[in-house]
Amino acid sequence: MSEHEREHPSVVGQSGAVGLVIDIVLGAVSLMMLLPLVFLISNAFKTPPELLAWPPTVIPHQPTLENIVSVLGETPLFRWIGNSLVFATLSTASIVSTSAIAGYVLGKFDLPGIPVIFGIIIATAVVPFEVYMIPLYLNVQAAGLLNTWPGLLIGYLIMSFGIFLVRQYVMTSIPDELLEAARVDGAGETWIFLRIVLPLMRGPLGALAVLAFFQAWTAFAWPLVVMTNKETYTLEVGLALFQTGFTVDIGRLSAAAALALVPSALFFSLMRRNFVRGVAASGLKE
Amino acid sequence: MRTTPKWLFPVLALLPVLALYGCIRVYPIIETLRLSLFQWNIISRRKPFVGFANFVELAGDPLFLEAIFNTTIIAFSVVAITIPVALALAALINTRQGLRRSGVYEASVFLPHVVSLVPAAMAWKWIFDARLGPLNALIGLVGIPAQSWLFDPVLSLICLIVLCSWQAIGYAVLIFLVGLKNVPEALYEAARLDGASSIQAFRYIAVPLLKPVMLYVSVITLISSYNIYAQAFVLASDVQGAPGHLVRVLVLDMLENSFRNYRVGYAAAEAVVLLVIVLILTAAQFRLFRDRSRA
Repeated sequence: MSEHEREHPSVVGQSGAVGLVIDIVLGAVSLMMLLPLVFLISNAFKTPPELLAWPPTVIPHQPTLENIVSVLGETPLFRWIGNSLVFATLSTASIVSTSAIAGYVLGKFDLPGIPVIFGIIIATAVVPFEVYMIPLYLNVQAAGLLNTWPGLLIGYLIMSFGIFLVRQYVMTSIPDELLEAARVDGAGETWIFLRIVLPLMRGPLGALAVLAFFQAWTAFAWPLVVMTNKETYTLEVGLALFQTGFTVDIGRLSAAAALALVPSALFFSLMRRNFVRGVAASGLKE
Repeated sequence: MRTTPKWLFPVLALLPVLALYGCIRVYPIIETLRLSLFQWNIISRRKPFVGFANFVELAGDPLFLEAIFNTTIIAFSVVAITIPVALALAALINTRQGLRRSGVYEASVFLPHVVSLVPAAMAWKWIFDARLGPLNALIGLVGIPAQSWLFDPVLSLICLIVLCSWQAIGYAVLIFLVGLKNVPEALYEAARLDGASSIQAFRYIAVPLLKPVMLYVSVITLISSYNIYAQAFVLASDVQGAPGHLVRVLVLDMLENSFRNYRVGYAAAEAVVLLVIVLILTAAQFRLFRDRSRA
């Protein structure tokens, strides 16, 4: 699919009254989309009486840190954040490296069997993780890997879409002549991959890394069944179990949720460009 | 210069990845298919082959039927809400393209799709809370009595649909925006010369061209809604710990059968049902794509 970065003068530049109405509508929608998250963060700083106030305040009148302090005292929240960070980082590293090498080989080498291999990889992409989670769990259990990093990571080491993305990119954007020239000059295949191909793949790998990180960060069902120890929970699991075990203390629940929300929102704003590129690419694979 | 065989590098490079695929994708998928034909209570040694008995039992299992009913309602409602709303938003944002605020709109709509699921679901749980939530206070202003949103079977389904749509819209808007940018400018110009308004141009030029993208986003949204679990876990889990009011979705029922009732074969059969649903949706998508490109 070609990427035209052109302007559309006919649809752009609605100005005057129509433009104003559009801005009002979009502004209202944007606000509504963000409001649940804004309230979550603001509730984290509210005192119990203010939590009951109507209408709910966006900026607390008497902001308090008590909710946050008490949550941090009761739960190993930072530990869970650390666990999620390690898990997402390792998963991303594995997915990026396996996708880079497999995508390159599948896109540039003409060996018998390669179409079949690619077909299998794409076919497994259709199968949701939840479908094969139980046998995978039984294997992890049999290997004694419950509550360990390897056990958690096993579900998140590869991503079919990553291989697909890299293969697509390699086929369209890395000319065969470039690789041939290097071979004629006597370069070895490993050297070519590491020194020529890999640097050229920075764009798609960056987008893939963000997707992979996000996927591991928000993983839920798998960490929930594999990590059953309060110290080994990931953030999402720890938080979800924390909120089921609690009475209706909105202040503390919001404090925990807000602390968990901040890293993901921060990550998104830092990586927004890569994020959008990765998600858009995943949407246009047909 | 050393001469190594041409196939050596690709084979050595591919082998580890293929081994991973075999162990953590292909094998468990086949194992799921196989286990679905066995009656296996994980605590017992015996594991008799029962053919399709698990599937026959599923067809009469009220909990499973409830789960598949709920999940289907959720999935199709989310699509019915997400696609039109996202299309309208994408069209509006597209008219502001190039202005700085268009980036703000895009980011605001997209953020719910990317923030962590559990905290986001907890934000909505507060909104729907029967005693303290702003939703009941809001409807109270217009005289509607307070509802126990998360404890009523129908209302909690609606809450789940709202939450999932809120998360899905950003993705659809993003994909539609890419699609809208790819509509050739010449078509708009021709329409304008023929005296079409912007709305007409959108309706008769952009929408037909976006149809394959809309179909694609619909199928992706359907498939991901069939897999929801965390949202139901957080939103509908009872603070008092009574599991009576859960919104039973497919993945939840499957995990419960496997990890609470230890019926692994039976749970595998449920996984196969989920797989079949996803395959049907994917096949339908390919089919419709092909029909369209032939026409």
